[in-house]
Amino acid sequence: MTTIPKIRYSRRAVLKTGGAAVAASTLSAPMVWGQATKDITLRQFGTGVSNLNEVAQKVKEDLGFTLEMTALDSDSVTQRAATQPDSFDIADIEYWICKKVWPTGNLQAMDVSKIKRYDQIVGIFKSGKLTPESEIAQGTAPHSVGFVPEPGATSFADEETNWMTLIPTIYNADTLGIRPDLIGRPINNWSELLNPEFRGKASILDISSIGIMDMAMVCESMGEIQYADKGNMTREEIDKTFAIFTEAKQNGQFRAFWKTFDESVNLMASGEVVIQSMWSPAITAVKTRGIPCVYQPLEEGYRSWGGGIGLSNSLSGLELDAAYEYINWYLEGWVGGFLMRQGYYSAVPETSKDHMSENEWGYWFEGKEAVEDITNPFGDVMAAAGETRDGGSFNDRMGAVACWNAVMDENQYMVRKWNEFIAA
Amino acid sequence: MTDQPLSKIISRPRSPSRGRGGWSNQVSGWLLAAPLAAVLLVFLVLPIVMIVIVSFWGATEFSIFPAFQFDNYTFLFGSEVTYRVFLNTIKYALITWIFTLLIGFTVAYFLAFHVRTLNWQIALFLLCTIPFWTSNIIRMISWIPFLGRNGLANSTLLSWGVIDQPLEWLLFSDFSVILAFVHLYTLFMVVPIFNTMMRIDKSLIEAAVDAGASGWQTLWHVIIPLTKPGIMIGTIFVVTLVMGDFITVRFMSGSQSANVGRLISNDIALLQYPSASATAVILLITVLMVIGILLRFVDIRKEL
Repeated sequence: MTTIPKIRYSRRAVLKTGGAAVAASTLSAPMVWGQATKDITLRQFGTGVSNLNEVAQKVKEDLGFTLEMTALDSDSVTQRAATQPDSFDIADIEYWICKKVWPTGNLQAMDVSKIKRYDQIVGIFKSGKLTPESEIAQGTAPHSVGFVPEPGATSFADEETNWMTLIPTIYNADTLGIRPDLIGRPINNWSELLNPEFRGKASILDISSIGIMDMAMVCESMGEIQYADKGNMTREEIDKTFAIFTEAKQNGQFRAFWKTFDESVNLMASGEVVIQSMWSPAITAVKTRGIPCVYQPLEEGYRSWGGGIGLSNSLSGLELDAAYEYINWYLEGWVGGFLMRQGYYSAVPETSKDHMSENEWGYWFEGKEAVEDITNPFGDVMAAAGETRDGGSFNDRMGAVACWNAVMDENQYMVRKWNEFIAA
Repeated sequence: MTDQPLSKIISRPRSPSRGRGGWSNQVSGWLLAAPLAAVLLVFLVLPIVMIVIVSFWGATEFSIFPAFQFDNYTFLFGSEVTYRVFLNTIKYALITWIFTLLIGFTVAYFLAFHVRTLNWQIALFLLCTIPFWTSNIIRMISWIPFLGRNGLANSTLLSWGVIDQPLEWLLFSDFSVILAFVHLYTLFMVVPIFNTMMRIDKSLIEAAVDAGASGWQTLWHVIIPLTKPGIMIGTIFVVTLVMGDFITVRFMSGSQSANVGRLISNDIALLQYPSASATAVILLITVLMVIGILLRFVDIRKEL
């Protein structure tokens, strides 16, 4: 039925982008390629946020091949990418994970000239700057681990090259989540997390590499520590940061620490916690239960994260072509729209616009008031008419990023300190 | 006693002749033992040997490399956290043991001596196992909404006027951790104790009563000594389960407390396999020492 247009599409795509050898074999036997595409299965794994079955279904419809999704938590993702290179074809990982995993040589660099929409990808992932005037935030900024000098290199390039490590798929700016009904006053600074007013009602996430960044935002906001680079602390800075938080923990500041998305939702929704580090969809999950919850923009700015898809080193031949096709399809806008309607941002926002209503685009991207109810792709109401997005427009939010999720040079030391903190 | 025939079978002397019969007996003995030995070798001995070997390896951010160094152990013994966490683990094990023993013994005693008919005994015993039809994690997590700040326990106590403020220590505290442990593992104490109690010859108790012993004296001088093997087996179950656990502590303490299992799981999550192995080796030695001490009190082999 629909196989014929698919063949044409694949052929065209391959002819346009692919190497000569592939093109030749495609020309001589187009039916084989079409048939082969159908038999191709790409195994993708990554964190739950973007590993959605809807994407796999749409890939099957649009491209004809099968995408198998496995969702894991970020620690397991790192572990798998670093230790089991043959267990996946496509890794959907965060940039800081890339910094850790790339040197293992388990991923292969992507040829930028095969990425059709490369020029439209947001500047953050290329030069590091959202607009030419923007300052580059601290931490593992995506562009700093986004390129390698040549295929096979295990260290990163300082500037844009023809070889990209990850194609950005999804990113966002994180801040603290609060329960406005239980707090009853404006919250404007990260330092509020350790405010004794919220003793026994605060929480922070128990994922060391992200938690430490939230801690740093808090310590800096309190005026206790001035970091040279929050994403790459010295031992002394790490010690000071943990000293402050250990004291707070022993004074009973924290109700609990959370490690998974669901835990953070439950802590907030049940009222166990009124202020905590949180992820954007968790806020929405609390709100859809009819409980007020705000993703509070703070003066010091956001802690940002970004993910992208990378190719396994063992990918080659038809599978590799299929993977490039998948990446190009990813940037065409359908996935972008799907993700942006959940509150994330996509690498090429312009293409996502075509897959969103004007109201949705206005609310999610431009920070405008919703003219009618905003629903997510699963039909849940995310915001009522008249509401605006916490933090405003894309430029307001991504322009106020203070630091990116990071792995530091002193990571092992930091992790040991984190264990001490948990045991304290 | 009831186990007489069994021990007879086990200790029945093999044919002492050194002729062909004895030889083939020996061979078949080895062959019979071989499958189990092979399974244990592959799935128990080899993994442990592997863990011991890796515990001397080195690790970088993203890989491990073979080496023979004591770094992992030096760090482990040099860190004050290790001692605190091991102490915490032992504390959890000890308190859980006391509670599971008291509850488990009482339940088993009731089942074995107060319930008269075998059918009722079986029915009630099966009743004890019903919670095991759902997963461990679910049984544990269901405590969270119950104990929470606005949970059932607190709202009930508030409505009765027993308290004015919700009790914060009900959840995400050592209390909730131990509560969950006791809930999860009491059955492991009930089963072996019940089992040994059922094998106590009732005439021994009659004899004690005839000789003028009070209820407590019978319990203390007859029943407890005879149930020692069951208590010991239950103790080994509970102690090893609690000392090896990490998920209960994580969920019920809201990640605020640590035990050895959590140290190991954190290390694994961060790809620090050698350091995780070293901690695992020390934990294994600790648990073996505890069991060794326990076995000094009761010779399980003899008592079975």
